Formats: sequence, structure tokens, C-alpha cells
Amino acid sequence: MQLSTSTEADDKSTGSKKTELILSYEEVEALGRELDELRARIVADLGQSDRDYIYKIIKAQRGFEVAGRGLAYLGWFPPAWIAGVGSLAVSKILDNMEIGHNVMHGQYDWMREPSLNSREFEWDTVCPADQWRHSHNYMHHTFTNIVGEDRDIGYGIMRMDRDQEWNPYYLGNLLYASMLMVGFEWGVMLHDLEAENIVQGKRKWTDIKGLAKGMWRKASKQVLKDYIVFPALTGPLFPITVAGNVSANLVRNLWTFSIIFCGHFPSGVQTFTPEECENETKGQWYLRQMLGSANITGTPLFHIMSGNLSHQIEHHLFPDIPANRYPEIAPEVRAICEKHGLPYNTGTFSHQIFSTWKKIAKLSLPNSWTEDDDNFSVKVERERKGVA
Amino acid sequence: MLDRFPSMLSSVIEAALAPHPVDRYLELVDPMITWSDLRGRVVDVRRDTARTVTLTLAPTRQWTGFRAGQYIQLSTVIKGVRHTRCFSPANAECGPDGFIELTITAHDDGFVSRHLRDHAATGDVMGLQPATGDFVLPQQRPEQAVFISGGSGITPVLSMLRTLVAERHNGSAVFIHYATTPADAVYADELNALAAANPWIDVHTIYTRHTDTDGPNGHFRPEHLTELAPRFAQAQTFLCGPAGLMDAVREFYTERDLDDALHSEAFTAPSVAPDPNEPVSGTLSFASSARSAENDGHTILEQAEAAGLTPEFGCRMGICFSCSAVKKSGCTRNVLTGDVDTDSDTHIQLCISAPVGDVEIDI
Repeated sequence: MQLSTSTEADDKSTGSKKTELILSYEEVEALGRELDELRARIVADLGQSDRDYIYKIIKAQRGFEVAGRGLAYLGWFPPAWIAGVGSLAVSKILDNMEIGHNVMHGQYDWMREPSLNSREFEWDTVCPADQWRHSHNYMHHTFTNIVGEDRDIGYGIMRMDRDQEWNPYYLGNLLYASMLMVGFEWGVMLHDLEAENIVQGKRKWTDIKGLAKGMWRKASKQVLKDYIVFPALTGPLFPITVAGNVSANLVRNLWTFSIIFCGHFPSGVQTFTPEECENETKGQWYLRQMLGSANITGTPLFHIMSGNLSHQIEHHLFPDIPANRYPEIAPEVRAICEKHGLPYNTGTFSHQIFSTWKKIAKLSLPNSWTEDDDNFSVKVERERKGVA
Repeated sequence: MLDRFPSMLSSVIEAALAPHPVDRYLELVDPMITWSDLRGRVVDVRRDTARTVTLTLAPTRQWTGFRAGQYIQLSTVIKGVRHTRCFSPANAECGPDGFIELTITAHDDGFVSRHLRDHAATGDVMGLQPATGDFVLPQQRPEQAVFISGGSGITPVLSMLRTLVAERHNGSAVFIHYATTPADAVYADELNALAAANPWIDVHTIYTRHTDTDGPNGHFRPEHLTELAPRFAQAQTFLCGPAGLMDAVREFYTERDLDDALHSEAFTAPSVAPDPNEPVSGTLSFASSARSAENDGHTILEQAEAAGLTPEFGCRMGICFSCSAVKKSGCTRNVLTGDVDTDSDTHIQLCISAPVGDVEIDI
């Protein structure tokens, strides 16, 4: 590896210094082999304890759900209402994050349990599972942090990277992010429509007919359940139960948005150009996943409640390894990073979320008005050198 | 109004628990209380021979019974993984309120059968699929029947014989069973008891690797039938056993132009992984598009595309699971890890799986 410091032409306006770490082709391939070995070791070890783990989480989720729905009958008593909202929110967070997100990544496909198969699973949110598997598992996880290809960079509505061209629309960056946070499940649902491409005429209305139908089918069931069936089951408490269910969904939205945005947008996370990623080797793909993701430190309970997306780096390296294994893998991944002189982006929740919102705020302005916080970047020699 | 109440109640429950099926809640309380899943609880375990275990299962209310000769799919969890295999009940055919008796022979390379032989216990709950299969007694019971079985192929034909007994059959039956040695003759006592209690039943057990007997021994020979069941030409014959026995008996019937009177079912031995280092061979069949291709060693996704199919795909590197599909049968190799998978009816990722030998994939 070699380090170089340069004042990049792009950043002349701000005069910021950029330090570049350049890894040789062979070094990146060695990194890839180390990660492949780590992966093989974990996969070979999967078994009953991983099965027990996911069923334990499912049992807890169902417990919170039943408690939350049950407490709705005491909704006239404010402390009970609050406890009910809390229980239901916890249930939905577990369902979406530690269960749904991970099961749909194929993390538990090896168990051959039809109810936990990535293609059959459906989750407790308005976004249909099949559409999410496309926008998330395929688009986001294949093209992670490639500006212009990974649609999770700004979800088509925000400016989340200095390489995205600024225009006055982005003055509303903070507002768009806040709106997305409040209605996150709906934002996730609409994600696969690529609405901005329709507005720009790059996508035809006919392309989205099938998607819209799927959304309608899924969202209507979710709305029926949370805002009609369960409230009706509480009889005269109908409006109070609706308010409770709206609140639980809101809490879930705020939390999932916050965790997910900490995964790729705190300072120090690197983005890539499509040219940099052409004909990537597996080692180069691994490296991009590492540099493009950020972790959050916390207690075991915090990791479970974040669906282990607090181990975003490990998740992006091994999206189909059961999430309960990420904590045990993390020290090894970190050691591999350190060995190669690579950054391992992690921090407390408050640090990462503050850093994320700061970035959202700064990117609402043109680059020339703000300073680039990220003054360290890693480059790869794309070709093998010295081949006789 | 009142009669519509149960269906109204069930739609409210299903709407309330959506998107998760009701059973995903019930199974956490008691796996035998099911809304729509069919399961069975082991109520009796017998180990009559060193290689077999006989399980009696009490099924949940979704069970609709079986016809003698049919098979069911049984699934059980081993080291965290659910494995499914087909077995034929051995008891007399019965309706929804009956038990299911399964005799499972532990083959040397039978991962599931060995596990069940060693570990199955009363109280275990197993997954079940409804009985299926065309190898059954005709509705008009044959006046004369010949049953021929080999090894674990005894279960469907024993079920047929027991059904005839239960129905107080008015005819005759010859039962010829091939076992390797007397120690392997599972159900020998039952067969002898059936023959003793029912003069119309004639039972013969032939040992293929044991010569110390009065009657014939060794593998199937025409004399076995001509001597033990001389009226075979007038009878309906029901045959189930290993490939060698099946082929020999079929040849015997074909030579005598009696194909129509022979009903058979092969029980498939667990597939053995072909050597992945051998040159690629076999046929890749695409089940739901009724097409096939000569295996050229590429991944299944590439071969499907070359054959003109357009299966869903995403990353083409094994991370996104967009292309996962059900492998009906055959052996595949994970091109990233080299691991081989010989199980049937499992989800595999098309973009990183290459067929080894014949493979049938549901795309």
C-alpha cells in the first residue's frame, strides 16, 4: 500500500487536503481471500443454535405483538396506551429488521423452512417483499455506494453525496429527509417505482403498472389490519386504537430510518464512480462494501433492535450470513481492515446519526459553500502488475 | 347468519394477522394446533431390526387419509435444517381419523433415515404432506393378488395386504418378500401372523444373502413366481422394491405379455453425488417450461438463458437471491465453494449452481 497527499482539482475551491491510500491489485485479492475464508468458516458452522436464535426472536416478536394488541383494550388508560404503542412498535421493529430484512436476504434459506425462505417471506410493512428484494437485495447490495447506480444514495429525492450535482431543489434536503423519516415505510414501498426517473421521462408509466398493483395489494392489507380490523375489534375504543397503531408505525419508521441512514451516510463513508467498479473482482467488491458501510457500536440488545444493521460492514460483506453471527465476525473483520491499513467506520449511535444529519444539511448547499469532511480515500490498482 | 360465522371469523383472524399465516403464531404455542399446516406427532416408536425404525404418527385434523400404496412426505429437522423424504405408510388404508405407520430403513448413506433410526422419539412433531401416488389397489379389489416386495419396498404392498384383510377380502393373495437376511426381515412376525389368521394369504420370505432355508433363496428368478404363485397369470401383481428386483420382475411379465397386470412403484434410493471432477454430463430439465438442455457445465442460470428461458436474476454473484428456484432433483455444485447438494425439492441460487449429472429445476 502507499499513501499520497494531494490537493485535488475538484476541491480547489475549498482547498481541502485529501489523503489517498492506494492498494495494489494483489493486496485487494489477498483481502478477498481472507474474507472468503472467514465466510466459509461461518457457513460450515451454521446449525441448530442459529435456528434456535431466529425462532427465539420470532417468539419475542409475536409476544410483543400480542401484548401490544391486547393493551389496546386498555387504551383509555394512558400508561397502558403508551405501553401498548411501545410493545407494538418493538414488535414491528423486530419483524422488519432482525426477522424480515434478514430472512429476505436468504440468511435462513439453508434451514429449508418454507416459512423462513427468502422468496416466500412477507413482512409487516406496506412494501411488498418481492419489490423490496429487487430494490434492496439486488440494486443496493450489488451496486453499493456507486453514485448513479445505488438508488439508496438519496432514494432519488435527496442529495447524499458531493458527487451528485447540486441544484436549488436540494435546498430542501433536510425537509425531504425528515419527511422520508416520518413516512419511511411508504418511502421504502415507493422506492422501486424510481419516481424521479418517471418525472424525468426515463421510465414509462406502463413500466410501473405491475409494481403499483403489488403495492396496492400489500398496502391495503396492512392498512386494513392496523387502521380498521384491530381498531374495530376494540369497539368503542376505535379512534384511540387507530391513534395507537399510527404511533407504533411512526415509532418504527423513525427508528428504522435512523438505523439505516447510519449505515452508509456518516462521514468517512466512501462512494464510487461506475468506472471505478467496472469488471470488479470479488476482492474489489468486498473492499467497496467495507469502505461504503458504517457500523454503530452498542449493547447486544441495541444490535438486535437494529436488525444487526449496526454491523452494516459485516452485513454488506456477507449479506446472507445469519445476522446473529455478525457480532462474532466483527472483531475479525476489523482486524483484517487494520492489517491492510483500511478504515473501519464505527461509532456510537449519537455520533453516527449526528454525522449523518450534518451531511444531509451540508449537502443541501453547493459544494463550494461547504467543506468536504471526508479527506481520506482508498483507491485500488485495478490491474495486476508485473505479469510476465 | 350463524352458519356463516366460522368463515367470517376466520377471515377476520387472517386479516388481523396478515402478512403472517396463522400457523406461524400457533406453532409457537403448540406445533400440533394448526390452522392449515399438516403435521404429525410420533406416538409410538419401535425398532424391530437393527436397520429399521417404525414410527406411528397421529396427524393433525388436516389429514385426509391415504390409499394403500400411496406415499407421504415427512419432514424433520436435523442440525437446524429441515429435511424432507418420501415414505409409504405400512398400515391398512384409512380415513382422516387414522394413524400413519411408517417403517424407515436406515441406508448407509441415508442421512435422514439414519437420523430417524437413531433419534426418533415419542412426542416428536414432524411435517407432513398429504398422501399422493398412483400405485394403489384398484377400487374393484382384485380377486387374486400377488404382492412382491424387496427390502424397504415392503411398506406400500404390506399396506395393500393389510387393507384387504381389514376389508375381509374375498379372494386369495400371495405375498413374496425379498430380504437380505432373516435379521433384516422387518414385519416377518406380522406377515406370519397374517398368514396364520387368514387361510387365503400365502406368505413367502426369500433371503438374498442367506442360504440356510428350506425354500428358494437368492435374487428373483422366474421359478420363484411359477412355484410360489403358480396362478400369477390370472392375478393382479403389485411390485415395489430396489431397481434390480423391479427390472427382473418386469422382464418376466413382459415376456409373458402380462404388463397390464403388473402395477409397480420404484422407491428411489437416496441419490449419490456424482464425482464433480468427472467430465460434465447429463441433462438439465426445466420443469415448468417443459424444456431441457444437455448439461455443458456452466451455471444453471447461464444454461437456462442459452436455452432461451428468461429466469429472474439479479447480481449474478450469489448475493441477492433473486434467481433462487426449486431444484426438483439431481445434484448441483456451488461454483463458489465447490459444495455439492444432492437433496430434492430445495431452493438453490441459479447463478452460482452448476449441474452435476441430471438435474431438474423448476423454472
